[in-house]
Amino acid sequence: MLDILKGPVEATQDFMILTGQAMRNLFRRPHYLDDVLIQMDSIGFGSLFVAVLTGFFSGAVMGLQMGRALGQYGQTSRTGEVVAIILVRELGPALTALMIAGRNSSGIASELGSMRVTEQIDAMRALGTDPIQKLVTPRMIATAVMLPCLTVIADFVGMIGGWVVAILVYHLPTRQYWTSCWQALEWSDVVQGLLKPFIFSFVVSLIGCYYGLRTTGGTQGVGRATTQAMVTASVLIFILTTFITKIFVATT
Amino acid sequence: MAQNDSILRFENVSVTFDTVEALKDVSFDLKEGQTRIILGAAGSGKTVLLKTAIALDCPSAGKVILFGQEIQNLREQQLFDIRRRVGILFQEGALFDSMTVERNVAYPLISLRTASESKKNVDRSKDKPAEPTQSIRERIQQALDFVELGQTLKQFPDELSGGMQRRVAIARAVVAQPPLLLYDSPTAGLDPITAHTIVTLIIKERDLDNTTALVVTHRYQDGNLAANFRYNPDNAQLEPDPTAAERTIFMVMREGKLVFEGSQRELEASTDDYVSKFVKRD
Repeated sequence: MLDILKGPVEATQDFMILTGQAMRNLFRRPHYLDDVLIQMDSIGFGSLFVAVLTGFFSGAVMGLQMGRALGQYGQTSRTGEVVAIILVRELGPALTALMIAGRNSSGIASELGSMRVTEQIDAMRALGTDPIQKLVTPRMIATAVMLPCLTVIADFVGMIGGWVVAILVYHLPTRQYWTSCWQALEWSDVVQGLLKPFIFSFVVSLIGCYYGLRTTGGTQGVGRATTQAMVTASVLIFILTTFITKIFVATT
Repeated sequence: MAQNDSILRFENVSVTFDTVEALKDVSFDLKEGQTRIILGAAGSGKTVLLKTAIALDCPSAGKVILFGQEIQNLREQQLFDIRRRVGILFQEGALFDSMTVERNVAYPLISLRTASESKKNVDRSKDKPAEPTQSIRERIQQALDFVELGQTLKQFPDELSGGMQRRVAIARAVVAQPPLLLYDSPTAGLDPITAHTIVTLIIKERDLDNTTALVVTHRYQDGNLAANFRYNPDNAQLEPDPTAAERTIFMVMREGKLVFEGSQRELEASTDDYVSKFVKRD
């Protein structure tokens, strides 16, 4: 029994150590600002198209489903309200984080994994550079800044998706849709909608870095690390979103 | 005085990975100006020994003393300053494939500058610290000219042949003029002509900058050249040098153990079956 638990416990411990080191580097020189900017461009701007597409179609499909369901109670006019609440509180942060995990956790894991198996990480250490400071911390900062931004964009585009459905399929007036969207949202929704992607950003970046840095076994190992990073990050996003929602539900 | 001359000393060093003992009770003392050639079959612990010398791998027992400082118990942050005084050539070069040749060779110099500025609390984050300055550019050019690849500055490593990549890696190892150089199988996988060029560069570096070196190789010819030739800067050729043998020590590794340590003459005279396999007697 203990042998079965040994692996996951050691992995969790190593992950926590990596997280601690990455956090500590925020307050320790040198700061690799240019690497942060490069990663912000890669993670943020590079994922914009995916985030916009995901946001638009998730908003549109929710508009379709909710308009139909609300229509049974004669409440089609409240489609905007439901779309806005579900997008901002739940689907926007979770779906955007899942898409970014698919694109960036795996990308980070494969990049660092390749560096690891070709001894570039060892070379970095040998040349007097802390790989965590140079590779992990910039990715963590960049994801923490860009994921909330992408989520806000995805939320807004999602509401546009819902609006397109509302006017084309349910023939709602534009003003009515946007007014119900606006009136439905409270500050706690906005806080929840921004806090979630901020927390998810650490999962997305650090899980990718963790699996990348512990890659062994050549190119096959890189492939394995990539898959593990994406799967673990995705599962953790679902688990975390449940817990965060529970906390907000309990406190509001 | 012998203590003062020591650059790198292993005292009963063992390295264990899970249940596998990669190094077993290894002891030796690398003196200033010396070149040690480490021979051994694949998996005999040569690369682990090299990595342990700069604490990339950690000993499970024994002491590693580098530049007079015990390094096996130092924290990673403390090791960076010591490692910057060592140049290392990895087995496959380990060039950063997302950087140009210029950036690769500049890396140790920028790393040194960044470290010294961090200690002085200088904030140059707005000045693009990764950009090489004019003085750094000159040193990059010198290092690349040293390996005769002065025209490859803007190329990426994957645009170069295996031998050229190895030469760029040598340029990166020597650019900061470290007093100790570690070469991990510098000629592995190269054709004989390119391998000769690489060994010539190692001898050139040894003779022009008087560096101390640890050379891991499975080719006896590499050690033979280092032990019998010197670099003549006038004609850029190797020429016989009977004094080179005094500064060249051979070591043979077998299954993590150091089974031979001595001069080329002693190596060639060895009657041990395993040791004599590495000697080409013709």
